[in-house]
Amino acid sequence: MTDQLPSKVQEMIGKPLYEERTEFPIEMGYVYNTCAAVHNGNPLFWDSKVAAEITGGQIAPPTMLSVWFRPHYWAPGAEGERKALMTHFDLKELLELPEAVVAGSETIFGEPVRIGDVLTTRQIVREVGPLKQTKLGTGRFWTIDVETVNQHGDWVGTDIYTMLGYRRPGQ
Amino acid sequence: MSAVHNLTASEVQEGQQLPILTHTASATTIVLGALASRDWRPMHHDKDFAVERNGVRNIFINTPNNAAWFERYITDWTGPKGRLGRIKFKMKTSVFPGDEMVFSGRVARSTVDAGGCCWLDLELAVSVAGQVTTECQARVAVPADPNDNPWLRKGPRWQP
Repeated sequence: MTDQLPSKVQEMIGKPLYEERTEFPIEMGYVYNTCAAVHNGNPLFWDSKVAAEITGGQIAPPTMLSVWFRPHYWAPGAEGERKALMTHFDLKELLELPEAVVAGSETIFGEPVRIGDVLTTRQIVREVGPLKQTKLGTGRFWTIDVETVNQHGDWVGTDIYTMLGYRRPGQ
Repeated sequence: MSAVHNLTASEVQEGQQLPILTHTASATTIVLGALASRDWRPMHHDKDFAVERNGVRNIFINTPNNAAWFERYITDWTGPKGRLGRIKFKMKTSVFPGDEMVFSGRVARSTVDAGGCCWLDLELAVSVAGQVTTECQARVAVPADPNDNPWLRKGPRWQP
């Protein structure tokens, strides 16, 4: 492994990639299941009168932002495994680092995501660090921003992922 | 709405502890949380895969569901007018079925920005058997007074 970043990786940095829309408008079914899984009784998600009064209508929990961009497990005509965060998998391949873990994540929330919204996202690789020796193996940290807007062009949030891609000793 | 309590900034002091929340994770809620977050990866629903491929003792809570737990913990305390601005967390170990999660937290900072938005910076954690499994920092806006509503803030008046 060399410390020099491949030119294809250097070209990815700072460039918006993989712009895509949600595969379906935001809907309450996933909201109810998410709230049920964590016993979240916030009336914003269960009582439409409270939602109308406080948020001007029903919204999704802010922390569900990334949920809306995960592909269906299967869809007609789809081949191979369908993955979210493709820039991450591109980096693993280009940097020849077969293993990866999420080292940290942060989300900043903008306009609320409303039921019926259609969202658009794009991925931006912010930085790719130098080769490092870690407890898991030799690898690099990289940071990817996933920026999301709604159908009005309003910013609804940004997920910031810090990943460690690595090669296990002897791998 | 009268039965719903919304925390206002004047009720909060820096250093204040949030009430403890405990909940025992079950296989059902772990699978429900993974599928509700459209995370189809097998380590969150297939015990054999989790044990044989991931080398852990069972299926475990996925990252988006972990975030949903923290959101619930925060808004249980603030009430529905509490509006999340930021959340950042670091998962140190996993939560498995049967684990009793203990959520705790404190108000690290209370500020008002130039637009008059009242912000609380929270330091939170979930622990199992006394060991922290996830550390979390969150920024939540709460009303300045009962007539204020952070959800009405837009554009330059919303600077999380």
